[in-house]
Amino acid sequence: MNQPPTTDEFVKGLWRDNPVFVQVLGMCPALAVSNTAINALAMGLATSFVLLMSGISVSLLRRFIPREARIVCYICIIASFVTVVDYAIAAISLELYRSLGAFIALIVVNCLILGRAEAFASKNTVGRSVLDALGMGVGFTVALLSIGIVREILGSNSLFGIALFPDGFQTWTVMVLPSGGFFAMALWLLVVNRIKERQALKEPAQ
Amino acid sequence: MSRMSRYLEIGSSPHVTSGASVDVIMRNVVYALLPVCAFAIYSFGAAAALVLVTATLSCVATEQVLCRLLSRPSTVGDWSVTITGILYGLTLPPDLPLWMVAVGGVFAVAVGKFLFGGLGSNAFNPALVGRAFLQAAFPQAMTHWAAPLGDARFMDLPQSTLALPFVEPGYDAVTTATPLALMKFEGIQAANQELMYGLTAGSTGETCAVLIALGGLYLVARNMMNWRTPISILTTVAILTLLMNWLEPGDYPRPAFMLFSGGLMLGAVYMATDMVASPITNAGCWLYGALIGLLVVVIRFWGGMPEGVMYAILLANAVSPHIDRLIQPRVFGTRGGKT
Amino acid sequence: MTTPVQQPVTSVWSMYRAIVGIGALCALLIVSVFKATEGRIADNRARFLASAVAEILPEAQWTLAVAVDASGALVEASEGAALPGYLGFDADGNIVGAVITGIGMGYADNIRLLYAYSFELDAITGFKILESKETPGLGDRVEVEPHFLASFDRLDASLSPGGDALANAIVTVKQGEKVAPWQIDGITGATITSEAIGRILDVSASVWVPALERDAAAFAGRQPHEEEQ
Repeated sequence: MNQPPTTDEFVKGLWRDNPVFVQVLGMCPALAVSNTAINALAMGLATSFVLLMSGISVSLLRRFIPREARIVCYICIIASFVTVVDYAIAAISLELYRSLGAFIALIVVNCLILGRAEAFASKNTVGRSVLDALGMGVGFTVALLSIGIVREILGSNSLFGIALFPDGFQTWTVMVLPSGGFFAMALWLLVVNRIKERQALKEPAQ
Repeated sequence: MSRMSRYLEIGSSPHVTSGASVDVIMRNVVYALLPVCAFAIYSFGAAAALVLVTATLSCVATEQVLCRLLSRPSTVGDWSVTITGILYGLTLPPDLPLWMVAVGGVFAVAVGKFLFGGLGSNAFNPALVGRAFLQAAFPQAMTHWAAPLGDARFMDLPQSTLALPFVEPGYDAVTTATPLALMKFEGIQAANQELMYGLTAGSTGETCAVLIALGGLYLVARNMMNWRTPISILTTVAILTLLMNWLEPGDYPRPAFMLFSGGLMLGAVYMATDMVASPITNAGCWLYGALIGLLVVVIRFWGGMPEGVMYAILLANAVSPHIDRLIQPRVFGTRGGKT
Repeated sequence: MTTPVQQPVTSVWSMYRAIVGIGALCALLIVSVFKATEGRIADNRARFLASAVAEILPEAQWTLAVAVDASGALVEASEGAALPGYLGFDADGNIVGAVITGIGMGYADNIRLLYAYSFELDAITGFKILESKETPGLGDRVEVEPHFLASFDRLDASLSPGGDALANAIVTVKQGEKVAPWQIDGITGATITSEAIGRILDVSASVWVPALERDAAAFAGRQPHEEEQ
């Protein structure tokens, strides 16, 4: 139970157990606020912050929290950090705050965070929990960003708010609408699963 | 019944078939659609011909490629994807850029058909899936209508038709509004004759109500289409419109206008009757038709858009398995209710 | 096979300790972050409003929130009014115009906007959408379409002789059919949104313009009072 932290705790969230593309967790923000790269990045970072802080707290308090009351305590901790993020974003940029809308508050119910608290942080040392949360957070952010980039380029002809093609590019309105989130997500799943399939064929011995 | 063997055939049901296989029915649907296509080309010229050809080719090519990729026997030969392509082309605005036509065609077959498992498994009419995607992706281009019977329609192509892929199309000056848009936003009703003979603007294949109805009659006469669905749709629309028109004549159009305008005739005859995505039982077809008719009236009268046939049919497609479950024919020899 | 492993019974005290303890820590965290960010958030909101006002009423140096009360009189707005208006003053305390919040149903959801009213021209001279969920590429063209915006160079909102209603209702007409100064040149393909803008302005201006014309002069000469904090 008290193994030393290994790099694998960090790396697994990036690819092998990527929260969005492999575990398919936290779909609500992944689909809803990935309409531009900026929104996706902000959402990814906000979620990662909550993931990291709640991971540290849960891991620190794991001997203090009795089994029977753990869900209440986890949710309380997660909700507090989400509130912190909520205020922080409003203080940083009101415009970003408006475009993320209700989805900041909904980080509370992102099953990725509660899932990591329950499955990992509550059983492991702070060091390992930090690595795990960072890996999952980076994996989540990268996944959101890759969806957001596709949607913003096709839907708004820009990337991080900077116009891309000079003039006359036909924007695909559907990509900034909610359905575009599903299409972009499906395309990435296709790519990721294809690569995973290839890898599995190459190393059958594992 | 036509082929009786001298030998005892042992196999699972069905034992009695009508002799019509998928490709025979589908070929006849293509025949029935030919006059509609011909009129579309007459009315909108070379642009409409290119839209129809591109739509059909993109659908057929996608089917061929996907069959190859999935190592399945090619299903191009049974004509079903050809019909999807033609129907899809008939629902598009005639001056739509060809690259958008191709994008929608690929989407129609790949997502509308193959994602659900190919022929016989599609939950929605693939042609309408393709159109709905274009409507969501390129709303400007999909609500841009060329005037019918333009002078140079056979010689010149509209500027937009040959727009390069991913480039926003430019438009020629001569455009117009569809009869439904005129009705909704300005309260002008087109005359019955104009609508029936297709002298109005609209999607390539939706304008001439008479030819569409004739094609439908041919299929019904050859017993290749369940006539209950279109009749149910048209009756529902007519009755509801009559009712609203009687209550408030100033605000709602007359029934004939509703029946002959927009995509209702094309949708009722060729789209809603998609064999895979519509209910199996006759009673189910009546219910399904009535649902489409109701949705069409609701969307056209109280929705934000002037036309709603596409969404009405897609929504009804979604519930048709439930209609089938609701109206299950009684198994012979059992009492109704329990199975 | 085997007897179930006996879970050590957790005492009620340790459960309370955990829940209450964590609750208290969390409350402390939230309150301190709230206090730390409060000022900046208020600043951000004020700056957002100021930039919107500056965009449509650039002459104004500072603004005073006002409201129309139940009797139709113009009064200084209390904190947190639902649809506030703002009188714009220049440095000498002269009223240079008013900025009013309007709200109404668009195509997808409520549209919330600010518009500027000029006392000199008796006209609406600009608007800015604050919140809208209109279809990208169609409905949101109301913010960029040049001919639509041209209607707002001077959109007539003069009062009828009695002074209690608009002389002519503000209305959006079909693209290219604007003939009168109180008409907005609509957008083909964004019919519903452009008509909604006209309707929102008409409803709001019918209430606000009579009150502004009658009572605004009483506010002239005000100076921005220093924030007492």
